[in-house]
Amino acid sequence: MTGSICVLAEQWRGRISEPTYEVLALGRETADSLGVPLTAILTGSGARDLAQTLGIADTVLYVCHPQLAEPIPQPCAQALAQALANRAPRALLVPLTNISLGIATLLSIRLGAAAINFCTDIKVVDGRLQAVCVMYGGKIEATVEAAGSPAILGIWPGVRPADKGRAERSPAIEEITVELEDSPVRLKRYIDPEAGDVDLTRQDVLVAVGRGIQSRDNLPVAEELAKALGGAVAGSRPVIDQGWLPLSRQIGKSGLTVKPKLYVALGISGAPEHVEGMKDSALIVAVNSDPRAPIFNVAHYGIVADVMETLPSLTAAIEARKVAAHHAP
Amino acid sequence: MHILVLLKMVPDVVEDLEIAPDGRALDVEYLRMILSESDDHALEEALLLKERHGAKVTVLALDAAEVDDALFSALAKGVDRALKIEGMEAGLSTRQAAGAIAQIIAAEPGLADADLVLTGVQAIDDLDGLIAPMVADQLGRPYLGIITRLSLDASGRTAVATKEYPGGVRGEFEVELPAVFGMQAAEKPPRYVPVAKVRAAMKAQKIECAPVPTLADGGWPAVQVVEMKRNEPAGHAEMLDGVPAQVSETLCGILAGHGLV
Repeated sequence: MTGSICVLAEQWRGRISEPTYEVLALGRETADSLGVPLTAILTGSGARDLAQTLGIADTVLYVCHPQLAEPIPQPCAQALAQALANRAPRALLVPLTNISLGIATLLSIRLGAAAINFCTDIKVVDGRLQAVCVMYGGKIEATVEAAGSPAILGIWPGVRPADKGRAERSPAIEEITVELEDSPVRLKRYIDPEAGDVDLTRQDVLVAVGRGIQSRDNLPVAEELAKALGGAVAGSRPVIDQGWLPLSRQIGKSGLTVKPKLYVALGISGAPEHVEGMKDSALIVAVNSDPRAPIFNVAHYGIVADVMETLPSLTAAIEARKVAAHHAP
Repeated sequence: MHILVLLKMVPDVVEDLEIAPDGRALDVEYLRMILSESDDHALEEALLLKERHGAKVTVLALDAAEVDDALFSALAKGVDRALKIEGMEAGLSTRQAAGAIAQIIAAEPGLADADLVLTGVQAIDDLDGLIAPMVADQLGRPYLGIITRLSLDASGRTAVATKEYPGGVRGEFEVELPAVFGMQAAEKPPRYVPVAKVRAAMKAQKIECAPVPTLADGGWPAVQVVEMKRNEPAGHAEMLDGVPAQVSETLCGILAGHGLV
């Protein structure tokens, strides 16, 4: 696999994560551009069957050890370093998710390799790899090159459709055993989220509020809009961290992934962590006072305005239209 | 129990970010710097642990614009000691910053004994990796990131860390101390500290300064920015202009056209 493009396949709770297939799709494109093989690398314990789902890759390296049952960063990085030490891939693509965060950094240290974070695309320029990175909360795009190889690239979810990273064929699987010390970090248990008062994943309309709503006191105005549209109120990370909305209302990387018919983003800047959870909504409307807010990259319709100035008139207009429709002959 | 919190200043993205004339970095002349949001949460979690366990809390930061304000604010909130690493060139990479911090932790009296090192899980400019796993690796300590809660056992030998996973799932991990944690959020929103209290801290307390150690490049392959530009909205959204009543009416018509009103 010398010179190949390698993708870390995330396995968690018995499944391969969706971002893995998205990153595999990008990896396939990159490998084809370079004319090199695509290798998926999977860590786990008793997870060999999952390798069968990675058929978009030419080869799957399955690195197995009881310490790898959970994706804990240090044992995973140690195992990956052993597995890749003599295989010299050109680049390793790692999904930038809550499952794998930290692994890319640790692996880059162990391999003496460069790490590049926040990647949304990879370009091949004169045989060199250039990573396109979206940083500073989504406001800046940087084109970045790493000297030497392998380069360890942290890839934002959503860079390609997951379906493009799936294939029916069975890949060649190579099983690798590694030596690992006992980990000082041990999983005690997983805690599944308590059901909220509303299942946001089943709502046709979501009115999502971000920092731009300014205060918990302004939430009722968003709730009125949600009520007028027959939907529910959701929130971005800062709103949840402030305790303005419960955890069950969080959309994004650590929260829920939703695909409603209508997603209204109010005062949400559009950081990649939030966009990850709502980008596939059928219709996205964003209201933000910052004309350069990245949310306008993903929205279908945008309004540059103060949320609190726009909300009441929007709710009123919707209510008026509903009344008019009710009285129409 | 001693908790060391690593703080970093980052550009405030609420402001317009200008690109430097060479097109490869931000123009520092126009930057307003603020404490990295997840570092603020790391500080809050340390203060909560101090209240619960009587811990001593130290904060350590690399010099940057507005960093003194952040450090005095931390002292006003109840931090016991504040240190600033001075004399480095601007624009250190995260890997270089981690190297400087790890060397200072080893060399400066009273830092190497920290039972917990807390910092933000990821800063908005961590282009070449995350600082928490880098520092953990250099100190030879366990690391876990995306943490939203820490509790300590009575012996102080282990912590139970709550880590976020996708879909609202949380994982509880037992971690042997000393350890390094990348904090996503504190159990409570970062506390507010009145300006008067910060001013009082400026008069009564001091920030210790440590010179930046000689930074070895470690033989790491360089990460080079070829081009940097604003991530302008790529014309994806159709923008609706006008006074609130106008845009509301227009949007309402669009929603009706989609059968949503």
